[in-house]
Amino acid sequence: MGQTSLAVTITDMQNASLSIAQPAPVLTPWRQKVALALGALGALLLLIVWAAGRAVAPVPTLLASLGLMAAGAWLFVREEYLKHPAGIRNNGAWFRSLTARGVWGWVLGVFITGFYVCLYWFPQYLKGLIELFTPLSQGLRARAADQWFVYGTLYTVAVLLMGVKFFFKYRHNAYQRIRTVSVVFFQLWFAWLLPGLLVRLQQPEIYFSYFWPLSYYQGTPMAYQGHLKSDLGLFYFFFGLAMFFIGTPVLTYFFGKRWYCSWVCGCGGLAETAGDPFRHLSDKSLRAWRIERWLIYSVLLFAVAMTALLWINVATGRSVLQQFSESFYKTYSFLIGAAFSGVVGVGFYPLLGSRVWCRFGCPMAAWLGIWQRKKSRFRITTNGGQCISCGNCSAYCEMGIDVRAYAQRGEDIVRASCVGCGICSAVCPRGVLRLEA
Amino acid sequence: MALKNAAIPFMRIVIIGNGVAGITAARHIRKRSDHSILVISDETDYFFSRTALMYVYMGHMRPQDLKPYEDWFWAKNRIELLRARVVAIDFEGKTLQTSDGRSLPYDRLILATGSKSNKFGWPGQDLDGVQGLYHWQDLESMERHSRGLQRAVIVGGGLIGIEMAEMFHSRGIPVTFLVRESSFWNNVLPAEESAMINRHILEHGIDLRLSTELREILPDAQGKCRAVLTSHGEEIACGFVGLTVGVSPNVDFLRNTPLEIGRGIRVDEYLQTNLPDVYAIGDCAELRQPPPGRRPIEAVWYSARAMGETVARILYGEPTPYDPGIWFNSAKFFDIEYQVYGNVPPALPPEVETLYWEHPDGRKSIRINYDRASGAVLGFNLMGVRYRHHVCDHWLRQGTHIETVLENLGAANFDPEFYPQHEAELVALYNRQTGQTLRLKRRRGLSLLRKIGM
Repeated sequence: MGQTSLAVTITDMQNASLSIAQPAPVLTPWRQKVALALGALGALLLLIVWAAGRAVAPVPTLLASLGLMAAGAWLFVREEYLKHPAGIRNNGAWFRSLTARGVWGWVLGVFITGFYVCLYWFPQYLKGLIELFTPLSQGLRARAADQWFVYGTLYTVAVLLMGVKFFFKYRHNAYQRIRTVSVVFFQLWFAWLLPGLLVRLQQPEIYFSYFWPLSYYQGTPMAYQGHLKSDLGLFYFFFGLAMFFIGTPVLTYFFGKRWYCSWVCGCGGLAETAGDPFRHLSDKSLRAWRIERWLIYSVLLFAVAMTALLWINVATGRSVLQQFSESFYKTYSFLIGAAFSGVVGVGFYPLLGSRVWCRFGCPMAAWLGIWQRKKSRFRITTNGGQCISCGNCSAYCEMGIDVRAYAQRGEDIVRASCVGCGICSAVCPRGVLRLEA
Repeated sequence: MALKNAAIPFMRIVIIGNGVAGITAARHIRKRSDHSILVISDETDYFFSRTALMYVYMGHMRPQDLKPYEDWFWAKNRIELLRARVVAIDFEGKTLQTSDGRSLPYDRLILATGSKSNKFGWPGQDLDGVQGLYHWQDLESMERHSRGLQRAVIVGGGLIGIEMAEMFHSRGIPVTFLVRESSFWNNVLPAEESAMINRHILEHGIDLRLSTELREILPDAQGKCRAVLTSHGEEIACGFVGLTVGVSPNVDFLRNTPLEIGRGIRVDEYLQTNLPDVYAIGDCAELRQPPPGRRPIEAVWYSARAMGETVARILYGEPTPYDPGIWFNSAKFFDIEYQVYGNVPPALPPEVETLYWEHPDGRKSIRINYDRASGAVLGFNLMGVRYRHHVCDHWLRQGTHIETVLENLGAANFDPEFYPQHEAELVALYNRQTGQTLRLKRRRGLSLLRKIGM
């Protein structure tokens, strides 16, 4: 059986890809390198402003930065996708340093993590960036920028540019095209333009695409009292409640949790666009699945308990639980709201994959997942005996579902965590998987 | 869980080969019995998906991603794995000898030794840089030869040849593809589909040479291949030659034993060899009497898997003859997926009528063959379109009339949501060709399948 040379076996290569055993098998062609360099230059401008702590000539600087990033993205799309026939192009995903937990992956991870740490706890270090974005903020919202406007704008730019990249990468796939337009639209309009315009019109800054418990503040008495001041705010408060109690079960019954997670949600939007180059880094082991189930439902319980305590405190005339409920809220806000969803959730994209937060932490995903698992028409069906156990589906599942384990037995896949991105079906070389509802 | 069959006493089952045939057998035996199971392989420590080797080379997956089961699976299911090469079998004494000097007894022996790549005696075929692609070690060898490679020549217009072309192409290594036939894989594909793949290969910038054979591989001073000479007398410089001209059963070490061997290990419908308690499955098995329409040796993932299940049933005490069912297969030619259900021969027999629809972009097609006299459907050939296995299989088994099939064709569509559906175009084409006035009654959907009871 085979040659006698058994120097390297699958076991020996447990933790090593062929790239490590045989260095750099795939060279990024020079045009793609130029594209990446342009994008990196745009990012570098931001980094300089960030480090300098002040922005000289903010308008030209911001335009130059965004322009460079856009040009880099478009050049990359043209070279990597448009110059080749449409099809699955994951070549070298496990060879490239940036997408295979190499040096560049770590650099990017540290960079994003550092940004989130500043954003949540040391906004004074973002002074330069805040100055840089102030003209844009004045234009949109008629007020100076703060760190959240900087964050929201950069987030939207990432979804938009990487959304364009994703759209052309999967231009042969109608499901991916339409889904990407949807997820970019929701970010652009409901999570950036509309809140900005509302601020301009002296209305409450409302993000209609987020609900409690993902947007954990929105279920609290503080949010309710704030919203009492305007009709729109009050509407949003009850709209959020309705989405949780009625919208989620009904929509999930008909469409699966994807109606939210991979079509609407901003966290999902970033994961599906900017996170796409890292989707294969998710852990597919049974152990990871066990951790997932413990963690995500614990966070949901945590969110429910936190909100309930705050309301009980209000109901009891703030006599018994005042201190306790507030510190509970602060703990949640620090641990889950900032550290988990932001720092780990996005900062660790290049290390753990793009859906760490959605898979292990998001209480909304937990709630949607319960409905998807227990009461939904949505499933991924498998096509008879056509599976060849190749593992592309599992490898590219951002949620770390071992899709192959089901497909090779010809079983339907009904999993709480599946966000319905449809990539398993797209990368399957034998046409075995289909999302159905 | 293990449902023990009281009639079957405890046995020590040894399986040679950890490919899909051997591993499927082991898993199914374990599900329904408490027999001791030992799987021996010289190739790798763990089962991996052979069909996915290309994706490791292309960087889509890591080697460990090819393993369909995590490493703890085997101990948990009491399937013992041994990395060794079997050098001799004493069929009388029911004992195996391994290359590391072990002597292993068995009560039942399953031979699942797979294939080896064909070589047809070309001058230079054993030079450094000349190889096929079947084993894990072949992939390692390809990797070693890829560094600094200026051009690869691939010989043989079949499934592995086009995979190899895609592999090198993914790394920007120029490929010359020598195909003996006048059109790609036209000994299997009908002319239109074959032509579509020719166009697609060229679209990817592959140097496709149809009606061209390999005459000789030329060495350099170090004994490495430096060029090939084609049947047209052309010399093409290359540092690598892929020989992808099919495979044959890996049975050489079993020749000159009491085991009856033709091209492969001869087995009956219960996959039993001429020797008691010895079975052969997968690529290495040659059926003495293949089911109608099937070949004696089918080096195909699906047949190997079905044989593994069959031999398991025999060993846990519910024997049924090997029944691979209606033929199906699949492949992917660069970006074009291919599925076939039933019988779609390359040349149309006189009693068969064909309905062939091709998308104007020339990258998708649907072909349905049916019996001219009875109208019964005989086969489906899909390019760039996914059809449902169960539905096609059901129609083919029933011999459903072509017009019933066409009216309900939506039930077969398995393309992702929002994809254009072409079933109505097929019906219109049929109407134009026959003067009928059929209408498409059903579009696809899960609820639809429930309605028709599938």
